[in-house]
Amino acid sequence: MNRSIERHLNILDFTLASLLRRKGKNGSLLAVYLLVVFLLASLQFYVTALKREASAILDDAPDLVVQRLMAGRQDLVPAAFVGEISRIRGVTRVKPRWWGYYYDSVNGANYTVLVSDDPAVTPGRVAVGAGVARARNLAVGDLVPLVSYDKKPLMVEIASIFPHRSDLVAADMILMTAQDFHLLFNFPDGQATDLAVSVRNPKELPTVAAKIVALHPDARPILKSEMLRTYQSIFDWRGGMTLMVLASALLSFIIFAWDRATGLSAEERREIGILKSIGWETSDVLLLKLWEGTVISLTAYLLGTVLAYGHVFFLSAPLFAQALKGWSVIYPRFQLVPVVDIYQLAVLFFLTVVPYTTATVVPCWRAATTDPDAAMRI
Amino acid sequence: MRRSVQFLLFICTSMALFLALPLHAQYEQRHAQKEPEVLRNLQVTDLCLVTEARYTRHPALADRHAPFQEHPLALEHFPSGSLIMPNNFQGAAP
Repeated sequence: MNRSIERHLNILDFTLASLLRRKGKNGSLLAVYLLVVFLLASLQFYVTALKREASAILDDAPDLVVQRLMAGRQDLVPAAFVGEISRIRGVTRVKPRWWGYYYDSVNGANYTVLVSDDPAVTPGRVAVGAGVARARNLAVGDLVPLVSYDKKPLMVEIASIFPHRSDLVAADMILMTAQDFHLLFNFPDGQATDLAVSVRNPKELPTVAAKIVALHPDARPILKSEMLRTYQSIFDWRGGMTLMVLASALLSFIIFAWDRATGLSAEERREIGILKSIGWETSDVLLLKLWEGTVISLTAYLLGTVLAYGHVFFLSAPLFAQALKGWSVIYPRFQLVPVVDIYQLAVLFFLTVVPYTTATVVPCWRAATTDPDAAMRI
Repeated sequence: MRRSVQFLLFICTSMALFLALPLHAQYEQRHAQKEPEVLRNLQVTDLCLVTEARYTRHPALADRHAPFQEHPLALEHFPSGSLIMPNNFQGAAP
């Protein structure tokens, strides 16, 4: 066998034996390291996958949503806006939307109620998300009593329940006809919650938005690009969730790497002294420490990343679910479509493996270049 | 078998698993089912991640001061408000 490979194998044998001699210390080191990589990689997978889901969902979103503000708060949009906005050059369609929130006093959940023109949804028959069905223990064909805003009961029958895989869109949704919606919320005629506007040329969107504001100063247009930007900023590294996990994980890693970098234990110095006195070269000692750092960091990185992938994409990230759940009664049980960003995995590698390996080699280089006799006497 | 060879075999297996992740992700993306037509027709603007407050359920449509609208001097009090950033409108009214 090639002499160089044999030398590396011999040193690796010695490294593994040396690591196993201090099982407790190195085992706990590996566990902490693995946990840090696991948390950072889980977060990265989770956020990247959610960003992808958000952009996939926003593909179908309207080009422009027009809301109306009254004293700074969102108000209903009069039907007259539809005709006026339709006449703006470049606008292809203006669709009024009716939607709102229904608070269920039975379980304290908030539902999102939308008007749908789906043929399965007829007066008295609604389609619900899997989260609603779970919260109220519903099945297709069940009757659900809702209480309207003028205190009259509105009995609706469950026509269909959306599959679990749609939870990320529809977990808390109730789709009903416009007639039922008006009965439930005592909604005034000739008004809509907001308007979905389609524009022929996406480049004209800011101009159309400006024209809408000029026409109705109380209107508030929201561009599709702004919706996308909202989701990019929610899952940005500066975002609350990301920053919280990132800061704690990075801080613990810095403390941990600092501890390694600031010096060797007396036992390790003595070991280096003995190795040098029995004829090991400085380069051999450095190689030994490099292998030691590599064994720990590479194992932690590879296992941490693979476990994080399983945690996020097979187990649906139960660690983050608790943080997002808050006081919500309905929580979606979604399975994210896996996304792996090679660039971010490379960044994670250079943020964890490289500094740690360097941190183990530098103090050893200092110890290995001193006199063996002096190293053994410390 | 030498310890070093055992370790290298372990690293090779882990590396193979690691390299399989992007392949698995690509396969899943190709075979991911689209949302039902009825949901796509709704033209939804937000993910159903957090349902406790309207501004965390629909962050894309909420305004920046929605968390503080309950009454004058109201403080934001939903736990998810600390995790979900406010929307990012540039130039438009909040």
